[in-house]
Amino acid sequence: MDVGIVSYGAYVPRYRITPEEIGKVWGENGKAMGKGLFIEQKSVPAPDEDVVTISVAAARAMMARTDVDPREIGALYVGSESHPYAVKPTSTIVAEAIEATPDLTAADMEFACKAGTAGIQVCMGLVGSGMIEYGVAIGADTSQGAPGDALEYSASAGGAAYLIGKKNIIAKINRTISYTTDTPDFWRREGQDYPSHGGRFTGEPAYFRHITNATQRLLADAGTKPGDYDYAVFHQPNGKFPTRVAAMMGFTEAQITKGLMTPYIGNTYSGAVPIGLASVLDIAKPGDRILVVSYGSGAGSDAFDITVTDRIRKYKREAAPTVEKIVSNVKYVDYATYAKFKGKIKMEE
Amino acid sequence: MSSTAREWREIPGRYNLKGSKCPECGKVFFPKRSMCPLCRRASIGKMIEYKVERKGTVYTYSVVYDVPEANKRMKPYVVGMIRTDDDILLTAQIVDVDPENVEIGMRVQAVLRKIDDDGPSGVIHYGFKFAPCE
Amino acid sequence: MRDVAIIGAGVTRFGELWDKSFRDIGVKAGMLAIGDAGLSGSEVDALFIGNMSAGRFINQQNIGAMIADYAGFALKHIPSTRIEAGAASGGIAFRQGVMAVASGMHDVVVVGGAEKMTDVDDASSNSILDSTADQQWEASMGATMASLFAMIARRYIHEGLATREEIASVSVNGHAHGALNPNAQFRKAIKLESVLRSGMVADPLGLFDCAPISDGAAAVILCPMDKAKEYTDNPVRVAASTQASDTLALFQRDSITSFASTRMAADRAFKTAKLSPSDISVAEVHDCYTIEGLMAAEDLGLYERGRAGKAFLEGQTLFDAGKVAINTSGGLKARGHPIGATGVAQIVEIAEQVRGTADKRQVKGARYGMALNLGGTGSAATVSILEGI
Ligand SMILES: [Zn+2]
Repeated sequence: MDVGIVSYGAYVPRYRITPEEIGKVWGENGKAMGKGLFIEQKSVPAPDEDVVTISVAAARAMMARTDVDPREIGALYVGSESHPYAVKPTSTIVAEAIEATPDLTAADMEFACKAGTAGIQVCMGLVGSGMIEYGVAIGADTSQGAPGDALEYSASAGGAAYLIGKKNIIAKINRTISYTTDTPDFWRREGQDYPSHGGRFTGEPAYFRHITNATQRLLADAGTKPGDYDYAVFHQPNGKFPTRVAAMMGFTEAQITKGLMTPYIGNTYSGAVPIGLASVLDIAKPGDRILVVSYGSGAGSDAFDITVTDRIRKYKREAAPTVEKIVSNVKYVDYATYAKFKGKIKMEE
Repeated sequence: MSSTAREWREIPGRYNLKGSKCPECGKVFFPKRSMCPLCRRASIGKMIEYKVERKGTVYTYSVVYDVPEANKRMKPYVVGMIRTDDDILLTAQIVDVDPENVEIGMRVQAVLRKIDDDGPSGVIHYGFKFAPCE
Repeated sequence: MRDVAIIGAGVTRFGELWDKSFRDIGVKAGMLAIGDAGLSGSEVDALFIGNMSAGRFINQQNIGAMIADYAGFALKHIPSTRIEAGAASGGIAFRQGVMAVASGMHDVVVVGGAEKMTDVDDASSNSILDSTADQQWEASMGATMASLFAMIARRYIHEGLATREEIASVSVNGHAHGALNPNAQFRKAIKLESVLRSGMVADPLGLFDCAPISDGAAAVILCPMDKAKEYTDNPVRVAASTQASDTLALFQRDSITSFASTRMAADRAFKTAKLSPSDISVAEVHDCYTIEGLMAAEDLGLYERGRAGKAFLEGQTLFDAGKVAINTSGGLKARGHPIGATGVAQIVEIAEQVRGTADKRQVKGARYGMALNLGGTGSAATVSILEGI
């Protein structure tokens, strides 16, 4: 039996800050930085939001669109590099909030920006093998960029949740492959507030090598070529990288536009590709073919070949807001407010 | 002050607005009660779990400037009384809206947010707040 | 049941009493009352102490024993009981004392109320006050006490029961009286504009709509009415002392623009005293927040619903306006609000008024006066009616 997506939901906090506003504080030409990175603005979580609340919002949107009983969910994974606790899972809180407890397995995942797609793969395995009926995979982050660092212009917050199963799938996952190596382009040591990165090393040997290899291997396995896909979603640490990697491999701008959300919300890390795919599913029609390739620093890529089914016609998409709707509810904040919200201002405890 | 167990046992109410319903008279309560104040003894041990509607309207509200420690970064924030669509009145913060745009009668829905924590090394407590309906 | 008389009353200064401890103020109020009654102290056979939160304010529990000890009663081993009912602790302690004497269980009882609030910082004292609401489902959800009353005020305004100016004028009234009370925390009259322009606490209520953080204590001496003349020529009869409760959380009520507990306690009090609101010359009403005082005047029946605001705004509530005088002590706003002391201090003020010893703020010809002391958002209410003999 086929395994695929039964339902999905996304969430992005409403606050935004522009590269120009960030640049003003650090004596940089923020506008030019934003243009270079192709980032118009990035999302900022409210002080009462974190990966738990973002995951719950996305998961509840996902559950609102389906009649699946939450007690039929046998596994729930939350992938993130900004879990609120170093020890104590995010996934148990989310499971409780969608009333999937107690008969399920749950765990948190971490793989830089691809922990969300890693969760989808795990769920596919469990569902495909018959161990569980439904699995939930969530990718969400409230990523941190050190003050003044280049990352601060992009690191943002958001997430999306996927219900993986065999019955009533709206999109079939035809196959998935991964490409993994040990490449330290970006990391954060235990106890450190902010991640570090290898600067230009994050490009060619890291992002581009893994994405292109994963994509080419998937296309070879599937016997497809770029032109066979209606949409392609590549990991999007900024707007520039996915645009360039798409062009390098022969994908057109038309194929990637709908799934490219980073220019409007920033890099949501583990949430990036899941949100991009959600944006595509918001408008997808039966028969549409979608290529999805994530990238996680450290490093690896997960690639998915997806075909939208007829079932999407009956799917209650309108029971939760579309990505386009979510990202249109915007409130801009200045750097001082952003710093306060993100806890960058040290306060008396 | 650590409140781990005290908050933990309220999770059904905090996350999912679980209250209770009296099987005798049908009245619903939030937070949950072990006894119906109207039917008293007849209801003891019989109260059933009831899930309160997650949508409602703002009955009244205040913009809080003199804020508790937990909400320092949110100042000023809005707290309101919400009448849910199944006619339960409850108190919660109203988020994702500018204070000047909140008004009596406004449509809102429950969301899960951080409500407090036991300090930087303590447990984080999550619970319902309300945000404008999409 | 025996008729009960107040034969002595005493109150400390209210305010930020940096050099005074809880013991100091508690004992001082008791000694003032005992002195006022002309007792030696050895006649006293029971103590009732209203105190809300010494446990959190000064980290001391077992307040009954502490006050008995430092008031010199430990050697006599008389019973001493601490009563807690949020901000109604003092008023309800008074009622316990009245019941003890009325029942014949005790003959000479000291009722004290005390709170020492300034030993903790503002954030802590606010958190302690917030715990008189429903801690789990109001305070934890972000509702401060001020915001709960602000939500009541917003409904009041929304329903056309009062204007913002009328609500603010409760504070003006309190300060006008506070200026005449040597024991008040704020002895200065203020203008309506000052209230309206004060910094926001919980919109629509500003700083001048809210009672301050205070230290202070008050005490009265009770004995059976038929023995009162043995001690004083000027006893005050307790015509009624009633109490009512309501849901802990404000959101559980059918209405938030009226406190059923106040209405019930007032109704019971008027019935017991065989009086009606028109008999009352002077009232101390609980106005931790301006809106609370305004609503109290209506719930007590002193004004019809929606009419109290105009009375406050027009100054009809002043001690010399010839109508029912409200909060001649300055109320909680100007006299100060050391939580556990407030209910007893209200009794002291009404006793002074009906026996004609209220000095510069004396309401002429006051025979009957009443006091309303509230805990939480009206989850506890106690009403007393006193008669000058
Ligand atoms: Zn019932």
